[in-house]
Amino acid sequence: MRYNAFQILKQGLSGHKGWKPMWRDPEPKAEYDVIIIGGGGHGLATAYYLAKEHGITNVAVIEKGWIGGGNVGRNTTIFRSNYMFPANTHFYEKGMKLWEGLEQDFNFNAMVSQRGVINLFHSDPQRDAFARRGNAMRLAGVDAEFLSPDQLKEMVPILDFKNARFPIQGGLMQRRGGTIRHDAVAWGFARGADSRGVDIIQNCEVKDIVIEGGAAVAVETSRGKIRGKKVAMAVAGHTSQIAAMAGIKLPIESHVLQAFVSEGIKPLIDTVVTFGAGHFYISQSDKGGLVFGGDLDGYNSYAQRGNLPMMEHVMAGGMAIMPAIGRVRLLRHWGGIMDMSFDGSPFICKTGVDKLYLNGGWCYGGFKATPASGWCYAHTIAKDEPHPLNKDFTIERFREGRMIDEKGVGPNPWIQ
Amino acid sequence: MHRIDCPWCGERDEVEFQYQGDATKVRPKPDASEDAFFDYTYQRDNPKGWHTEWWHHVGGCRQWVKVVRNTLTHEVHKTGGPQSKLPLPRRKAEGGL
Amino acid sequence: MTGINRLSMGGTRINRSKQINFTFDGKSYSGFEGDTLASALLAHGVTLMGRSFKYHRPRGCLTAGSEEPNAIVELRIGVRREPNTRATIAELYDGLEASSQNRWPSLKFDVQSVNQLLSPWLTAGFYYKTFMWPAKFWEPIYEKIIRRSAGLGRAAVEADPDTYEHSHAHCDVLVVGAGPAGLAAALSAAHTGARVMLMEEQAAAGGMVSTLLDEIDGMPASEWVDSAMAELAAMSNVTIMTRTTVFGYYDHNVLAALERVNDHVSTPQENQPRQRMWTIRAKEVVLACGSHERALTFDNNDMPGVMLSCAVRAFVERFGVTPGKRVVICTNNDDGYKTALALNMAGVDVALVADARIGSIPAANEVRAKGIRVETGMLPQKAHGAHTTSALSLQRADGSFVEKIDCDCIAVSGGYSPDVHLVSQTGVAPLWDDELLGFVPDIPKRRERSAGAGKGSFNLSACLTDGHDAGLDAVKAAGLKSGKASAAPKASRVEMTPPLAVWRCPGNGKAFVDFQNDVTAKDIHLAHQEGFKSVEHAKRYTTLGMATDQGKTSNVTGIALLATARGEAIPDVGTTRFRPPYSPVAIGAFAGHERGMEFQPVRRTAIHECGEKLGAVFVETGQWLRPQYYPKPGEGVMEAIYRESKQVRETAGICDVSTLGKIEIFGEDAGEFLNRLYINGWKMLAPGKARYGLMLREDGYVFDDGTTSRLADDHYFMTTTTANAARVLAHMEHASQVLWPDLDVQFCSATEQWCGVAVAGPNARKILQAAFYDDLDMSDEALPFMGVRTFTWGGTTARIFRISFSGELAFEVNVPWSMGEGMWNAIWEAGQDHGLIPYGTEALSVLRIEKGHVAGNELDGRTTAADMGLGKMMSYKKPFIGQKMAAREGMVDAGRATLVGLKLKETEGRLRGGAHLVVDKDNANAETSLGWVTSVCYSPAVGCWIGLAYLKGGLGKFEGQTLYAVNPLYDEAPAVEVCSAHFFDPKGERLNG
Repeated sequence: MRYNAFQILKQGLSGHKGWKPMWRDPEPKAEYDVIIIGGGGHGLATAYYLAKEHGITNVAVIEKGWIGGGNVGRNTTIFRSNYMFPANTHFYEKGMKLWEGLEQDFNFNAMVSQRGVINLFHSDPQRDAFARRGNAMRLAGVDAEFLSPDQLKEMVPILDFKNARFPIQGGLMQRRGGTIRHDAVAWGFARGADSRGVDIIQNCEVKDIVIEGGAAVAVETSRGKIRGKKVAMAVAGHTSQIAAMAGIKLPIESHVLQAFVSEGIKPLIDTVVTFGAGHFYISQSDKGGLVFGGDLDGYNSYAQRGNLPMMEHVMAGGMAIMPAIGRVRLLRHWGGIMDMSFDGSPFICKTGVDKLYLNGGWCYGGFKATPASGWCYAHTIAKDEPHPLNKDFTIERFREGRMIDEKGVGPNPWIQ
Repeated sequence: MHRIDCPWCGERDEVEFQYQGDATKVRPKPDASEDAFFDYTYQRDNPKGWHTEWWHHVGGCRQWVKVVRNTLTHEVHKTGGPQSKLPLPRRKAEGGL
Repeated sequence: MTGINRLSMGGTRINRSKQINFTFDGKSYSGFEGDTLASALLAHGVTLMGRSFKYHRPRGCLTAGSEEPNAIVELRIGVRREPNTRATIAELYDGLEASSQNRWPSLKFDVQSVNQLLSPWLTAGFYYKTFMWPAKFWEPIYEKIIRRSAGLGRAAVEADPDTYEHSHAHCDVLVVGAGPAGLAAALSAAHTGARVMLMEEQAAAGGMVSTLLDEIDGMPASEWVDSAMAELAAMSNVTIMTRTTVFGYYDHNVLAALERVNDHVSTPQENQPRQRMWTIRAKEVVLACGSHERALTFDNNDMPGVMLSCAVRAFVERFGVTPGKRVVICTNNDDGYKTALALNMAGVDVALVADARIGSIPAANEVRAKGIRVETGMLPQKAHGAHTTSALSLQRADGSFVEKIDCDCIAVSGGYSPDVHLVSQTGVAPLWDDELLGFVPDIPKRRERSAGAGKGSFNLSACLTDGHDAGLDAVKAAGLKSGKASAAPKASRVEMTPPLAVWRCPGNGKAFVDFQNDVTAKDIHLAHQEGFKSVEHAKRYTTLGMATDQGKTSNVTGIALLATARGEAIPDVGTTRFRPPYSPVAIGAFAGHERGMEFQPVRRTAIHECGEKLGAVFVETGQWLRPQYYPKPGEGVMEAIYRESKQVRETAGICDVSTLGKIEIFGEDAGEFLNRLYINGWKMLAPGKARYGLMLREDGYVFDDGTTSRLADDHYFMTTTTANAARVLAHMEHASQVLWPDLDVQFCSATEQWCGVAVAGPNARKILQAAFYDDLDMSDEALPFMGVRTFTWGGTTARIFRISFSGELAFEVNVPWSMGEGMWNAIWEAGQDHGLIPYGTEALSVLRIEKGHVAGNELDGRTTAADMGLGKMMSYKKPFIGQKMAAREGMVDAGRATLVGLKLKETEGRLRGGAHLVVDKDNANAETSLGWVTSVCYSPAVGCWIGLAYLKGGLGKFEGQTLYAVNPLYDEAPAVEVCSAHFFDPKGERLNG
């Protein structure tokens, strides 16, 4: 059912008895045109765009637990397209454009808030590195600008310009970046996909991928065998496990990345601020909580929870640049499992197995990529070939020596 | 917080260590193929469960310590020196995982 | 007098001889030492303490502890303002200033309570369906309004003036909670001699014992608690910490606790932190965390004056305060009767005990015997009142109205939920107990065990034996001898009647489940109706349990209502996982000392002060401080850099290079080792000579570079870049310990053992000869280019290297760190006749750019040796790290960007790092970008702005051509000429002076 002012008024007056479930809870069919493994943001977005852009609606999204329970519900809600290499810049900018029209597109308010993303810099070499990135963005038609310390003071008054260990020299800002209500992204895509006929099958664990004659033909699940003309993985965090079912080994390690939220307070920070030198970034949710994070705990993990040393480090980073938050209390912290690819860039590609597709290796970029990932992946699955936007996100790039290395630390994702 | 039993120094907090990744990978002989080096450098099992890995005791004796640890529970099964052979346990991790 | 509701007697926590003055919303009140803000306000009959999050409904305190959802206030003012402080745990101090939050203009008259009129639309998830029309209104209008009205209290906007400490502890047994179970556990464990830590969140021990009703070991419970605490305090193997909340249970039995050292006073005492964070490595843990009472869900159950039954008892017993003059008690378990008895003993009028259960209830008889009216099979229907409770309607289970009864306080008990927060943090999913109507801990995954109410033992006698046994079990599990165990404390066993499941008392109005987030029973049903059937979905859709209390009083009721909606049993619905911290912890406490200038250590070289004396401006290089330039009076940055770099080439300059990584390498196989690390060969290097080396990562990209010397057959001395010093050492340790343990090689870092200076310029030799003339032959024969000599200076070993980063005749001198200042002074003095100047990192950079030497900006972890123009250094005669992966197709692609030089063609303007290179500045985009500028400077030697850049096609394609260095960030696109990166003295003739 469509949400509009009339419907809301009507339901409010009639005790909300008429609202329908946002998605059905169907039994799996015996066969689908496309089976998507993973009911997270990317899997749901892929189903949505398969249905909407390619008219492929005989699709199942198979989720081990409940949809949206993984990283789409565990991130710090930021979206941006401030990448350096053209492959990433264009791709994330596609995502940016999709975010900008998303709510009207899927008739669900995900609270897309383009409040700006600022990266602080503290030295000349850092400024130059940011300039390279900012100029790459501008050349790709993406917005980026440098902010002076005075502009920063005005925009983020609680930044410490008096006593900072690494004095703030300026910032690179993308004004169109910002935050989104993360759960709503999963729900919005799920609702949109479901209404177009996609089956969202929850509590269904994939146990094996069935390959016949070099092609994926079905998945074995906890609810039986489901045949699929095409099988697509979208299980970032656990990509290595699912890919192994098809005998595929990847340059990926799973790492835990922590996220933090404070008690709700009245508006204090109006943008997203990133303090790379201190491994800290922060924004404030519409509900009032300060949402912040840092870097990986730094060891392989599937535990979805972090440990004290990184917590202390992250909050020290926060206190180093905005010491006014010292008395604000941390409410909760948790961890998400990142597919850390060995060059910091993702995979959206075909695999060595026919009719089996890979979407993973998202590192820290998964949430912001959600719509672009779904859009490109849907194209790749529907046409059995990549869209120009994701043609570089292959598995083979490592063997060929054509990595897209945003971080420049090589195959050691734990290095900070 | 991980407590790692360094064979030289005893049990220490994780902050004294720098994690250094998969320790099951053996560097090929110098004349091995590019493919062999590719596998060594890039391909990872990335297991959910027991994992043999390096923890470099940078804040202590500076030895590379081999650690068998569970990536789901973080339980440490055994530690040893850089050339030690540490078979994976057959058991599940503590707590039945 | 400290209030109309202060009882004439009782109050174990307060000191009636010490009156304390405080203000709430600007109005002055007084209380007693030991009061909480909530108890002191209640004493004055103030029940309205806050407004709810969404509907701005008036709220009073629901609880007497840290689980409080309603009574949250801004405590203190100015820089120490703390939003969302729970009035129920804020201890009173003289001059305390608190104010209500999330209301305007006042707590009594809050304009936004108009939201209640909109409440038919403000249901769970309303915002996902609306604020979309028109689209462009969302951010500028709707979101602004939402943001402003959301949030709770206001944070301070200035730096927190207080300090926080981090402390560490080890113990055999950590006991969390000093209620009866925790005390019994601590006692039994301590009696064995084990090292015990006992941590209690509140200011005093005792937990939920009733000081009026309970007896332990034949004495009043409060006396027993005091004597147990005294006994524990006297034992040297026991550490007791009150006001200390164990908030996190992390891996490997490491727990974290927050000690509120000075929150109960107005400002921290001198030299003391506000709070202290403890990291505890416990062999074994006893969790005696108690339980949380639940409210009953009935219409208007959030009215100020509605309070948990145990909280009413706590206010009476601990603070001598009654929350009302005439109390109605509604209960589904025996707790209501306990409260009735306590109120009766304190002389407070109990109008009625309404028990939802029917049948024989022994506890009821005892209460009836006191002349108190008890009705069974009766439930609350609706609370009445404006800003505070004035009456309660009662009903039967079928919803039929029975009567309306006047009262100013309604004590409610919906049963108890064991506090499984910490257990849940360890990954243990709790089990549903259908008799207790609560989740209890399942089999532990860590070295812990639960005891007392936290395990579901709600009977005091069971709590005590439980605790006692748990203490002994922990000692045994820790592998310690239990010795002769002491006897468990005893209380008489009370017969209890199981609670009755009443998750929603019949009604159609607003019945709150999560008070702070305004989640009603209807919201949960609506979430289910819209498909949010899993507990995780329902939680996120309704925000149940996501407020500052993390749903301590509401989660179980919420899950039960969801189960009802699903038509399933509670265990089939499951729980969400509790996330640390147990209760909110100040961000400052996590950061500890690491803030301001102490965020990271500052590293200074041995000759830092020498630079300082000469007026150096310092720059951060990682953690190091290095002289950036040495301005003369009235001189700007650019002028100073120009002068320094010019003068080095004319006379001589001295520069602190101590921050370079230095590694001493020894052993028979040291040369072989270097051969495998570096792309170029080392075995043939003669002792007394140095060589430039480049090493790759295993993936074939350049890792680091530097000059390494051979000091003896089996002794090399490596230098690394400042930035990579630690990583190179780790890389070498991997190589020697893991890859090639058979090689005879030993090495260690010597970065902070050798102080180094570079002396460069035509006069360098003269100056150094003058400085060291007794000790060293500086002639070209004795010390040729790339020569290295060890000599004795000032009675100690010194080293001199004839190497050059600037292209000038240059030397680097190393002496032991402690001799650095002496060396600097000797050279400085000797240089006075030869035009010696100090130069900083900026001039250093100018000089190396003029020579086309790469540095950090060019070594960004994504470049190959060939990209840097150093491909020919790669030896094919020997294997080295990175060799194979560097041969991959994409790594040797002719289309890769390679290092070139750039000259600015325009006389105005400048070059900037980070600009991109294009052929046509009017057609600049991501696809036409051919590369980027890495380093720039104004070159005195070349006479214009020059730069280094990576360019696709490189010199081979573009030498002599004009490109544009487009820089949209600065709105610039100057023309540049592509040239060799060796701008100055390409033949290297100046190296000879």
